[in-house]
Amino acid sequence: MLTKRVIPCLDVKDNRVVKGVNFLNLRDAGDPVELGTRYSDEGADELVFLDITATIRSNKTIVELVEKVAENVFIPFTVGGGITKADEIGLLLRSGADKCSINTAAVRNPDLLAEAAQRFGNQCVVLAIDAKSTKPKKNKWHVTIKAGSEPTDIDVIEWAVKAQQLGAGEILLTSMDADGTKAGYDIELTAAVADAVDIPVIASGGAGTLESLAEVLKRGKADAVLAASIFHYEQYSIRQVKEYLAERQIPVRLGKN
Amino acid sequence: MIVIIDYGVGNVKSVTNAVRHIGCDVDVSCEPEDVENADGVILPGVGACGYAMKVLGPLADVIRKVAINGKPLLGICLGFQLLFDESYEHGVHQCLGLIAGRVIPIPPGLSIPHMGWNLVKLPENVKLFEGLGSEKHFAFAHSYYADITDSQAAVAYTNYGIDIAAAVQKKNIFGCQFHPEKSAGEGLKILRNFECICKETSD
Repeated sequence: MLTKRVIPCLDVKDNRVVKGVNFLNLRDAGDPVELGTRYSDEGADELVFLDITATIRSNKTIVELVEKVAENVFIPFTVGGGITKADEIGLLLRSGADKCSINTAAVRNPDLLAEAAQRFGNQCVVLAIDAKSTKPKKNKWHVTIKAGSEPTDIDVIEWAVKAQQLGAGEILLTSMDADGTKAGYDIELTAAVADAVDIPVIASGGAGTLESLAEVLKRGKADAVLAASIFHYEQYSIRQVKEYLAERQIPVRLGKN
Repeated sequence: MIVIIDYGVGNVKSVTNAVRHIGCDVDVSCEPEDVENADGVILPGVGACGYAMKVLGPLADVIRKVAINGKPLLGICLGFQLLFDESYEHGVHQCLGLIAGRVIPIPPGLSIPHMGWNLVKLPENVKLFEGLGSEKHFAFAHSYYADITDSQAAVAYTNYGIDIAAAVQKKNIFGCQFHPEKSAGEGLKILRNFECICKETSD
């Protein structure tokens, strides 16, 4: 049986891992190479590296950092942040990434998803969506771009469906409202997207309690959970999370002790 | 020396990182001469079969020849799919034809691609899986799978709605649909086993 994945996320700025609340008030959380190695060794199922300054296309040191992190990461490794061209995906794959996540550039130029899927296969094209609830409407969310700073009038569900048709192989779905708050994932948002597409959905934003992780995998129908703060600040270990999920009959890879 | 074939398709770097990590002497190349002189060959790759065969070009014949002559060959993911007769991904494409079978789409029903860690039942007496026990989780990322009809092939299966070939061995030819280079310690163990197989064959 396919297991549910637990994915630590490295938000990287100036060669350091940082973490904020609702994408703001960043604080230092460690060295990306060290953290990446640790998570790979400790039984994480994948690792995500996001350059939150979105400078991958223009910043050689970021690509070098990706290379360094990849050298010690023996689990699937996704890299994103400011990718605008298929060539940049090619460069990152050659640098040790296994998948690339695209956000703003896909909204501005949806054909990028198709081009990337054709060239590299849809299994390495991750569409990242930063979703914000469209208040006062209930169960409606719009896409935001540029690290959440710019709202659009694009409906999240419609965008997810379109992205799948274009060639996205996976959706990394972040709730802007929940991110960094540790208040729990947005279950309704995650379930709505998971119901609308056939490709896997990674739930992100709001991981806090172990219960919230189990909830989004069960009721939220997510294929994977992404979390940052709870792992960086050692609130929980990967092992603790997986043991908790296993006790609740959620299939996970426990790996070594 | 193990040669990893770099033909511009996919995550060659990930495979190289993993093989280097286990302390193996490795060369990344697309030169026929290097392939012919290697103790063993790893054929990685992600993406579509037709495109990969096109990019391989004349190197496909070199790989076929050295494999038939007994050199250990390990195909990974798309490299695994290329071992079979033909692929039905975006049309019908001839592959290397080293193991009888065809590559067809995973039937709809579950999320596609088949993405993540799935439990693989490992057959006994396959050197590639030595020391791994009867079942382990490995990392998958694919939308097509190999329907293997070769009676000489030993096959490891995983279940994803249907039984899916996760790995194969036919004599000196090995393949993994999953990514050993991305399957943590268990995956590295498989690469170590392959290195041993290469050493034994070259001695």
